[in-house]
Amino acid sequence: MRPLARDLKDAAAVAFFAFLIFGPFIGLPLSNNQAGNLTLGTRPQALALAVGAVFLARLGLLAWARWHPAPLAPRFTIKLQGAGRFIAPVLLVFAVLMPLLPGLPNAYIDLGVLIMTYVMLGWGLNIVVGLAGLLDLGYVAFYAVGAYSFALISLNFGLGFWECLPIAGILAAFWGVCLGFPVLRLRGDYLAIVTLAFGEIIRLVITNWVSLTGGPNGLLGMPQPSLFGLRFSMAGGPGTFAGFFHITPAPWQRTAYLYYIILALALLTNWVTLRLRKQPLGRAWEALREDEIACRSLGINVRNTKLTAFAIGAFFGGFAGCFFAARQSFISPDSFTFMESATVLAIVVLGGAGSQLGVVLAACVMIGVPQMLQSLQIYRMLIFGLALVIIMIVRPRGFISTRRPTVTLGKRGGVIGADLVSQGRG
Amino acid sequence: MAYALQQLINGLTLGMIYGLIAIGYTMVYGIIGMINFAHGDVFMIGAFVGIIVLTALTGLTSVPLGLLVAFIASAIICGVYGFSIERVAYRPLRGSFRLAPLISAIGMSIVLENYVQVSQGALERAIPSLIPGGVTLMNQGGFVVQLSWMQLAIVIVTIAVLAGFTYLVTKTPLGRAMRAVEQDAKMAALLGIDTDRTISLTFIIGSALAAFAGVMFLLYYGVIDFYIGFNAGIKAFTAAVLGGIGSLPGAVLGGLLIGLIEAFWSGYATVAYKDAAVYSILAIVLMFMPSGLLGRHEVEKV
Repeated sequence: MRPLARDLKDAAAVAFFAFLIFGPFIGLPLSNNQAGNLTLGTRPQALALAVGAVFLARLGLLAWARWHPAPLAPRFTIKLQGAGRFIAPVLLVFAVLMPLLPGLPNAYIDLGVLIMTYVMLGWGLNIVVGLAGLLDLGYVAFYAVGAYSFALISLNFGLGFWECLPIAGILAAFWGVCLGFPVLRLRGDYLAIVTLAFGEIIRLVITNWVSLTGGPNGLLGMPQPSLFGLRFSMAGGPGTFAGFFHITPAPWQRTAYLYYIILALALLTNWVTLRLRKQPLGRAWEALREDEIACRSLGINVRNTKLTAFAIGAFFGGFAGCFFAARQSFISPDSFTFMESATVLAIVVLGGAGSQLGVVLAACVMIGVPQMLQSLQIYRMLIFGLALVIIMIVRPRGFISTRRPTVTLGKRGGVIGADLVSQGRG
Repeated sequence: MAYALQQLINGLTLGMIYGLIAIGYTMVYGIIGMINFAHGDVFMIGAFVGIIVLTALTGLTSVPLGLLVAFIASAIICGVYGFSIERVAYRPLRGSFRLAPLISAIGMSIVLENYVQVSQGALERAIPSLIPGGVTLMNQGGFVVQLSWMQLAIVIVTIAVLAGFTYLVTKTPLGRAMRAVEQDAKMAALLGIDTDRTISLTFIIGSALAAFAGVMFLLYYGVIDFYIGFNAGIKAFTAAVLGGIGSLPGAVLGGLLIGLIEAFWSGYATVAYKDAAVYSILAIVLMFMPSGLLGRHEVEKV
């Protein structure tokens, strides 16, 4: 009986805090009356409901903690890591076949395109954050540079998607180096704020340089990617994809084509990352992440290593941006806010920084689920934020939380798991 | 000259508000080494509690009493917010992977913004000016330099709050505990300081300061919405970094500088690029002084 009384007391205290927290917001809604003056209403039922829910949730949590004192996570993690070898090919086959599944609505392929874009962005940012250990809060800047490079070049010089793709990537990489130079000496959180500031500066310039970028109205009418000169058009006829192959034009053909482009670009990112990890540059990145001073002492050129991480990460961000602009045919500064950077960073961290498969899983969860929740409208972002917090608390190192050194001397060494890190051995 | 004086007044007023928010960032960073991204949204919560209290007290004729109630209520509610955020979102992650609390904080910031949007609506809320009028300091060729009573009130309240806060940190046992935990949490715990309690109190104090800033923002601009926390939060965080994160005088100095940069840039260059100017100056300062203006230069031992 005594533990129950203690739990009740605890839950009552939590409910009192919930009352203070929810009181002014759920309990006392502001509204403007006819005269335009602010008035205050009351919503006692909603407030009671919220406080009651918190009370019950706290009781449930305490009861649960009593029954399951030990966390279940570590064993599960190791198993998942081993399974990664089998999950990845299965996922890849599914990803390749997905748009060809008969009867799949076009909207799902479109969702696949969106998720793939974020997978690509996640893999790009993973080079900077996961491998080189540089916290970048302004990754969206490179995405924006890629998108606007494509838009401006195609609109002003009439070049197509495929010609612009490498240019967009190179320009983004150039900006990556521009960002990289001033922040070379900065550590950790100073780096974070400067990258964030960089992202904001790019967005502000895009918004305010109206004569070049169209300002808040954005740019419109970029060409769609073509398949060896064949356009995707609903009208059919010569010169279009459907006309060339003598099939009926359908929207899914274009969506599926876009899907395969972004899939190929994402796989390119993944392949480059996996190859680089085995080469001296990738090893230097991982060494830099673990200990910068040790790197310096061993003669690694820290400056070049950091700059290449920024440049290559930005390069793929530019690719993704170029694709985004081509897919939408319309871009505006609204697509490049800090929220985007935060989402991509959340994907990388939730996936387990450094894990390629984790990024895929996290992107499916973070992008796919909110899209499914479209009907919840304004509650969608609220749930998104709550999910971020809860996932972090339950799995602080992400879905795939073990990190193996890519290269080890002799036999494959141990797994760097969360338990080791917490003891300071990670 | 007159124009510059006016910008100076505007910039200092704005800078004081930034400085108050920046203290919250810098305290939390100093004590547990994390960027509390949700802090800007606590500031927004403070402004909203302020507007709710002032609306509830519409019939009250005594303005100072109404403001006092608004300040105190806002500080209490925000204190509860800060405490709860730390307990729910940050404490379970203490000592874990470095990026985990950051993501949790970003999530918390999204939660707070959308919670206010859902519960109080996405519309801008406005109140009439409570302290109208001001004093004319200078009249030069038709250009009148005004110091409004509101600006004066903001400066006075900020200085009073900062004085109280300085006393708290430098003279009281709690302040001593806070500084001890900041220097070495493990050693402080060994010497009998309740670090959990100290950290909780740090969050409460930081949030209360943000609440003051929020109510003053509301009084100064008269218009708020659920999104004000983002911009103000980033500016204040920039201020904290500019001053040297972890340093309390640095936070106030950074806040004042950012307010002044904004005011003078809008006055003499373009309003559109005032934020870009702030961020560029931050980047330039950090290039030459990597730990900010007043930050300690960290010597890394191997």
